[in-house]
Amino acid sequence: MLKTMRGSSAEVDLTLRVNGSAQRLRLDSRVTLLDALRDRLDLTGTKKGCDQGACGACTVLVDGRRVLSCLTLAAQCDGREVTTIEGLSREGGLHPVQEAFIRHDGFQCGYCTPGQIMSAVALLAEGRAGSDEEIREFMSGNICRCGAYPNIVAAIREAAGQ
Amino acid sequence: MMQAFEYIRPGDVASAVALVSGDPTAEYLAGGTTQIDLMLKDGVLEPERLVDITRLPLRGITRDGDVLRVGALATLEELAADATVAERLPFVREALLAGASPQLRNMATIGGNILQRTRCRYFRDPAVASCNKRVPGSGCAAVGGAARMHAILGASEHCIALHASDLCVPLVALDAVAHIQGAGAQRSVPLTEFYLPPGDRPDVENVLEHGELVTGIEIPLLPAGTRSGYLKVRDRASYEFALTSAAVALAIGGGVITHARVALGGVGTIPWRAPQAEAVLRGAPVDAQTFRAAADAAIHDPFTVAGTAFKVELAKRTLVRILQTVAGGGSS
Repeated sequence: MLKTMRGSSAEVDLTLRVNGSAQRLRLDSRVTLLDALRDRLDLTGTKKGCDQGACGACTVLVDGRRVLSCLTLAAQCDGREVTTIEGLSREGGLHPVQEAFIRHDGFQCGYCTPGQIMSAVALLAEGRAGSDEEIREFMSGNICRCGAYPNIVAAIREAAGQ
Repeated sequence: MMQAFEYIRPGDVASAVALVSGDPTAEYLAGGTTQIDLMLKDGVLEPERLVDITRLPLRGITRDGDVLRVGALATLEELAADATVAERLPFVREALLAGASPQLRNMATIGGNILQRTRCRYFRDPAVASCNKRVPGSGCAAVGGAARMHAILGASEHCIALHASDLCVPLVALDAVAHIQGAGAQRSVPLTEFYLPPGDRPDVENVLEHGELVTGIEIPLLPAGTRSGYLKVRDRASYEFALTSAAVALAIGGGVITHARVALGGVGTIPWRAPQAEAVLRGAPVDAQTFRAAADAAIHDPFTVAGTAFKVELAKRTLVRILQTVAGGGSS
């Protein structure tokens, strides 16, 4: 049984496997996965948008499944495999989905982009790129205030064909 | 930031139940999509002890004859992907897929979905003084406030907070049953008896005692030859809560409805079964007049405020539309 002490500063010891490397952390039990990634591990590619589970900017993969890191306690991920946008590149090169987003101009301000790309990578693994309609539905948890949606769909469609 | 809490991840169900049952300040944590939001972001819930149950062995989905047994910690995505659900409970699958984004479906659990708290903005904002659900006896700010997303059935001046689950709409239509583990004993409660209408105690939402844990649900499969469908009407095409929704299952023989199950979402303070509509449908001819009569029977004695008055007609038309679709063979 994993347990923290009760009191004003309840801390928890945990190990996150982030982008393939084990990270041992001691954190306040209140710290979300999002804040642990950004503030403790300096992985600022994952963005804090609404911080309430409504926008998708904080999307990461935990054990291969896309989740919202703002509504996940870091403590819940003890021993889990976490993949962030920083973990997508392969030997210095961009991931095919990242390349497709650039080719199709799938962003404007770029703030939602890491979440869009993580969600798109998961969508392809889930086999949900059968049509533009399906891509839109299965990307619906990622909001883009700039409205780059047509180009995002085009980028995912292309990445799915590769 | 909210007060610190003790985080505990017990290894078995009995330990988890004992930890919460023995401590009035303790709460469970499952997928977290409601709990973390209400704790860390909104400051509505302030447990001193949080018992993480996500690694308990309550995940499986198994078919047992004409019943599907679903562990409370199965995710919405896992249930949506289940082959029996696709084949024998198509409107459950439709409700799951319409219910949340893929990210949320990967996190949220079946037990958590059943126990989700209302999205009422007045409940979720501790700066609002009047909320009978959050502070019993303090009044209801929503009645005179922005109430587009609120309930019209089971509502009163005490509370118009909506139960926003999509999944629970077909589940109450199917007579699904919740299995509950307490510190002493187990019990099973049909979902149609699990939720308590708010009355003058909106803070009491269901029959669970403190510390009782929903360990799973049991869903009776639809009989072969039954068609079903779920229609959700909302302000945008996807990733939005329902304004109105309806879950319908019908069997039809010789132009007559032989079996009908109807429940409504987006309108009830609890997931809303509509037995009056089912009574109208049963034995009636498959035509527009029957469907409209069923819709009129389903929405009886609504309590509306300025923001929700439109839902009376919208809910009726939603039900008529999905009845037409299912009867016409247009859904599954």
